[in-house]
Amino acid sequence: MEKVNLITSRTVVLPVENVDTDQIIPARFLKATSKIGLGQHLFADWRFDAQGKPKADFILNRPEAAGANVLVAGDNFGCGSSREHAPWALHDYGFRAVVSTSIADIFRNNALKNGLIPVVVDGAVHARLLAAPGGSVTISVEDQTLTLADGTRASFPIDPFARFCLLNGLDELDFLLAQEPAIAAFEKRRAG
Amino acid sequence: MGAVVVTGRGRPPRARVTRMKPRTMFEKIWEAHLVRAASADTPAILYVDLHLIHEVTSPQAFTWLREKNLKVRRPERTVATMDHSTPTTPRGRDGKIAVLDNAAALQIAALEKNCADFGIELHPLGTEGQGIVHVIGPELGLTQPGAIIVCGDSHTSTHGAFGALAFGIGTSEVSHVLATQSLLQQPPKTLAVTVEGTLRPGVTAKDLILAVIARLGIGGGTGYVIEYRGSAIRALSMEERMTVCNMSIEAGARAGMIAPDETTFAYLEGRPRAPQGADWDQAVAAWRSLPSDAGAAFDREEKFDAASLEPMITYGTNPGMGIAIGGPIPAPSNATAEKALAYMGLTGEKQLLGHKIDVVFIGSCTNSRLSDLRAAAGIFKGRKVAEGVRVLVVPGSQAIKKAAEAEGLDRVFREAGADWREAGCSMCIAMNGDQLKPGQYAVSTSNRNFEGRQGAGGRTFLASPVTAAASAITGRVTDARELV
Repeated sequence: MEKVNLITSRTVVLPVENVDTDQIIPARFLKATSKIGLGQHLFADWRFDAQGKPKADFILNRPEAAGANVLVAGDNFGCGSSREHAPWALHDYGFRAVVSTSIADIFRNNALKNGLIPVVVDGAVHARLLAAPGGSVTISVEDQTLTLADGTRASFPIDPFARFCLLNGLDELDFLLAQEPAIAAFEKRRAG
Repeated sequence: MGAVVVTGRGRPPRARVTRMKPRTMFEKIWEAHLVRAASADTPAILYVDLHLIHEVTSPQAFTWLREKNLKVRRPERTVATMDHSTPTTPRGRDGKIAVLDNAAALQIAALEKNCADFGIELHPLGTEGQGIVHVIGPELGLTQPGAIIVCGDSHTSTHGAFGALAFGIGTSEVSHVLATQSLLQQPPKTLAVTVEGTLRPGVTAKDLILAVIARLGIGGGTGYVIEYRGSAIRALSMEERMTVCNMSIEAGARAGMIAPDETTFAYLEGRPRAPQGADWDQAVAAWRSLPSDAGAAFDREEKFDAASLEPMITYGTNPGMGIAIGGPIPAPSNATAEKALAYMGLTGEKQLLGHKIDVVFIGSCTNSRLSDLRAAAGIFKGRKVAEGVRVLVVPGSQAIKKAAEAEGLDRVFREAGADWREAGCSMCIAMNGDQLKPGQYAVSTSNRNFEGRQGAGGRTFLASPVTAAASAITGRVTDARELV
């Protein structure tokens, strides 16, 4: 995994609650056997009409969204299906962080393993972000802070181990593989 | 009172008697699987007893294993089947099943190759053991009390019905389990959902769980493992318990569990992969110690009165948007609720009862088991599906299909005018050819009513098998109690 620490970007605001992973990437695009290129299907049914033409009023199709890396969404982002294709699609499209007042458990775990930072902020900070779409923010994984354009700083929680992996570009699988002696000992204990 | 641990020899009148802190079933299972406990810097490392895989969320994991030149650590602890992208259309004259498209064919071929290369048991399409992953695990007796069970699928919570800790994982974690049989996990909080009393006639396990989700909300269980408790839960059959635990994730809880009891043991005894003979007796003795100790503390509790529950149906675009079937659709309270009603083409404060429908889907890992099919057949028997309504009845596994046909249920469905299909996820996931057309309304026994879940532009009302069957007969959202 690539190292991730500072993200400075304008925001894209999607003021919808309970955005489920079926919206992030509909199931018909899950027949891929690779994770590459899924960004083209991100929010497919919200982004495109039945003929595949971009819907002009959807935020990702608007010029101000171009190049923004931080998605601000409503409460309970990423609920539903466990498909890791959701963070793959968001990351492939260019997003590096998702900001909400709460983020679903499985999505959060999947996001952290793919360099996509789940940032949970309180209602007041969230309201300011929603009210200022396109505003610039800086997210620091090291400091666990999100800083608004006016200098207001909010801290966000992140699992210490996931933070360590992000900052050092460490793959969790490599860490687990290094635990082989403990795993073998556990298996022996149980068999005995 | 907690378990009592006596140390020392003989019968010590004033021996060192340590009263262990009462523990929840979740805590007992968690602690028994700790390869390493959590520290300030690292999550716990949990050992996984059973890993279920399917064609959609596993191919990338095998790619990474090959890239890192890794083996599957315990191939005998992983079992594979095909269900999501597989068709449920009847076999052709050549006995073959036509796969939807090239992408699905490639995905299915990838699972076959991955299982062959890494020595994993596979129940492929067209074989007797094939079915929805959360249906075949229990059916084979692979799902057992006290186990940690994972699968790259959020409805893995189903297996918690047996007193297992079972939860969905992502594809990265699938690779972790394949390579190390272990997972890094932060401990969740515990939520007791206590349901006391007796469900009234016509109110099913599906209604119970839809009522729980309607109260908790789609995100209300986030961060928790749910233990369903109380007399109404104990009275449920194993299949009903699976329906309840299956939908835990629809309230945001990764896992839902029910204490094992005689109902559990009776279901498991004699199943091909359950312990046999002396091993069975030993296993049951161990399983009896799993239920939460009296006085064990949960982080939160929610209480429900079973007798007050009604048949439920959803009206919106997430499973938390449910109402008693005769009740009014709530007036939208914010922009998200307005968006949901606009998508559904519904108006607040109006009744959903009597709303015209186009399709009925009876199936999915929530409600595709034999008792679900029997309940639906009870409604269909001697009646005809309303004109213009398409009805799909999709058994959860090939074994269920066979059992249903042995009872003649397939004839009941066909004579009523419903389609009787092969086993699979079918219209719950709309990636296999079974799907709604834009704008169509469906009453579905599945678990998700998200926008487009059953096909782009499709609109889903989630309900029980009897509500679905009754609605198929009238062509409108119907309270089955009015039909009987």
